[in-house]
Amino acid sequence: MTEAKRFNWLGWLAFAGLLLAWEFAARGNPKLQLYFPPISTIMASLCQLVVGGRIGGHFWVTVIRFFAGYALAALIAVLLGIVLGYFRVLHSFVAMLIEFLRPMPSVAIIPVAILLLGIGDGMIVAVTVYASIWAILINTIEGVRHIEPTLIDTARTFGLGRGQVLWQIILPAASPYIVTGLRIGLSIALILVTTAEMIAGSKGLGFFILDEERSMNSSNMYAGIVVVAVLGYALNRVFLIIESKAMRWHHGMTARGGA
Amino acid sequence: MRTSKLNGIVFLLALLVLWECVAQAGWVNPLIVPPLSRILQVFYDLVSSGQIPLQIVASMKRAAAGYLLAALVFIPLGIAMGLWRRVDDFFAVIVEMLRPIPPPVVIPVALLFFGLEDSMKIFVIFFSCAWPILLNTLDGVRSVDPILLHTARTFGLSYGKTIWQVILPASAPQIMTGLRVSLPITLILVVISEMVGSTDGIGYFVLDAQRRFKVAQMYAGMLVLALLGYVLNVVFDWVYRNLLSWHVGSRKDES
Amino acid sequence: MPILQVQGLSKSYRQAGGETTVAIGNITCAVEAGEFVSFVGPSGCGKTTLLMSIAGLLAPTAGKIIVNGSEVAGPPRDLVLLFQEYNKSLFAWRTVLGNVLFGVHARGNHSTEGDAKARQLIELVGLKGFEKHYPWELSGGMQQRVAIARALAYEPQLLLMDEPFGALDALTRLELEDMLLKLWAELRTTILFITHDIEEAIYLSDRIWMLSRRPSQIVQEFRIDFSRPRHQVNTRAEPRFMEIRNDIYRQIGNAGAS
Repeated sequence: MTEAKRFNWLGWLAFAGLLLAWEFAARGNPKLQLYFPPISTIMASLCQLVVGGRIGGHFWVTVIRFFAGYALAALIAVLLGIVLGYFRVLHSFVAMLIEFLRPMPSVAIIPVAILLLGIGDGMIVAVTVYASIWAILINTIEGVRHIEPTLIDTARTFGLGRGQVLWQIILPAASPYIVTGLRIGLSIALILVTTAEMIAGSKGLGFFILDEERSMNSSNMYAGIVVVAVLGYALNRVFLIIESKAMRWHHGMTARGGA
Repeated sequence: MRTSKLNGIVFLLALLVLWECVAQAGWVNPLIVPPLSRILQVFYDLVSSGQIPLQIVASMKRAAAGYLLAALVFIPLGIAMGLWRRVDDFFAVIVEMLRPIPPPVVIPVALLFFGLEDSMKIFVIFFSCAWPILLNTLDGVRSVDPILLHTARTFGLSYGKTIWQVILPASAPQIMTGLRVSLPITLILVVISEMVGSTDGIGYFVLDAQRRFKVAQMYAGMLVLALLGYVLNVVFDWVYRNLLSWHVGSRKDES
Repeated sequence: MPILQVQGLSKSYRQAGGETTVAIGNITCAVEAGEFVSFVGPSGCGKTTLLMSIAGLLAPTAGKIIVNGSEVAGPPRDLVLLFQEYNKSLFAWRTVLGNVLFGVHARGNHSTEGDAKARQLIELVGLKGFEKHYPWELSGGMQQRVAIARALAYEPQLLLMDEPFGALDALTRLELEDMLLKLWAELRTTILFITHDIEEAIYLSDRIWMLSRRPSQIVQEFRIDFSRPRHQVNTRAEPRFMEIRNDIYRQIGNAGAS
């Protein structure tokens, strides 16, 4: 049921129309310009910030914090998730704790983190790790728990040791779930990094956007938002590309209506 | 199965007791991790003095307003986009452009427009809930089984009646999913927006307590947030079970 | 005048690659009011497409469909189609009563007798007591009965049934066959029936049309003269029953052989 990808003229026209309306409303109405600086001005600011390098520093700071937090969270959550998913007894102990901590919005941890780690990279990475762990952990546990016992028995029949079972059977079999968790964790990580930067940062895109707002430089503020949006989009794209390569077997299977 | 629940409770209690002992013994800096008993004491005091309930109401007002507004706007939009290709085309690019923006990043914009008012938070929540609600509604409408549509046609149902009597009920479960997913998002964003720009509300309360080194109060605030998250989930599930009792049953059957 | 006339019906599809598949080649037939008529044929010969076209849910590529003297250009008012996947066509959010009431209301009957009528039909299909149940709580056979009750609640003059009993176990199938015949006799509806079970077709019908492979055409008509009411044991035991069955099997074998 795949239809040929037709170009969405209407949609792009609507989008362009929106931008043009914005542009002309702003130009014609100086009072509006603080809230809705003309698109052209925003684009100009964007160029200036990028070329002039002012936003470069903030950009890389955010990206590094993001990767540090996300990678760490992924590592911990996947390993922990596999252990908890596999050893049911262990999971039963921790299950209640997880149930109680889950409903708490992870951003509530920021004040504690500030208390413990002050403001700075450490705190920001720490809260990112905390928040991203949940989605990845829970999905990983799900994935491991749902593995067909037959698969593991088959592996054992072939004489595979515990470690090999883990690497060759459990990880691949649970990977669709894990990937879902990783995808959710990606968005969460970006959200937390920018949030922490807004609340208690002195560098980074989150801080930059807020700072520009405080200085009433709305044009720079919007430019910063564009940068973050592009970053978010790029990260998602990269993730999808990696995922489609790594999970080709799964895509084929589900396309045929398999498990 | 009973033992596993017991395990969980025992472990949790053990942790809490450990916390208490370690804090009382002074092995951790009480200024950073106060004893559990102290936290609960402060919690109780603040609840009975009305301080905490006040903050809860402030936060929940904004949360509810933003959430409901998002539902009111984006469910109909999602339905329209799901039913009519033209409408979907029209909005598709704009949606795709706005989607990658992490919701908190919108807060400075909201500050610019609304200052520290309630409307700032309402706007942020409205924006954040938009995509889960919109996309789930859209998906729900699109994935209504064609056989249901054929059934409506063979019984001679008019277009309007088909939408109302068949398409909407059939896509209700998916719409609910969008609403359910938006619940934690709402809570998170209300907290964030209050931390960044507010003078009241639970988010502000927790951050403010940290700033003034009222550590026990800070933890108490976190406890409130955890409880709020839990209660909202329970309430939502209750509504879901009553509204969509037919679906709850059929999903259980799908093993 | 026949209640249904199909004249030169043909239906083709354009495939993704650009080539055209002709599902229905050329079908011409007429059904008299009150008849029970079946279509049989090798699988894939377009039986469902045929029924959907007659029901006005698919636009024919060529040919005419005339119901009660007027040409059909969309779902005809006095006709209802029962789908093969009945579980997907039942409304999961309505109870059994709700589903059957849907048929009543769709006809425009919003009076209180409509409710009584729905209940009566539910009893007729043997589901008395299950009015408040949801479809997912019922077995396949019971769901099919709900679908039938809902269709009959609409009081159609023409009832089209697409392999309604195919997914059911043998005993349930026999039960439902008899139930259908009883309802048909009482309500005097005209029924067009599709099945791949030849003996079922013979048991139920007045006439059987055998379709060829794609592009399908009517290859032969069989008149079934057994007396009514039919009996699962006696009717099927008649020597003529087997003769007709073998005849049809042979022909389908020939039509299918390639």
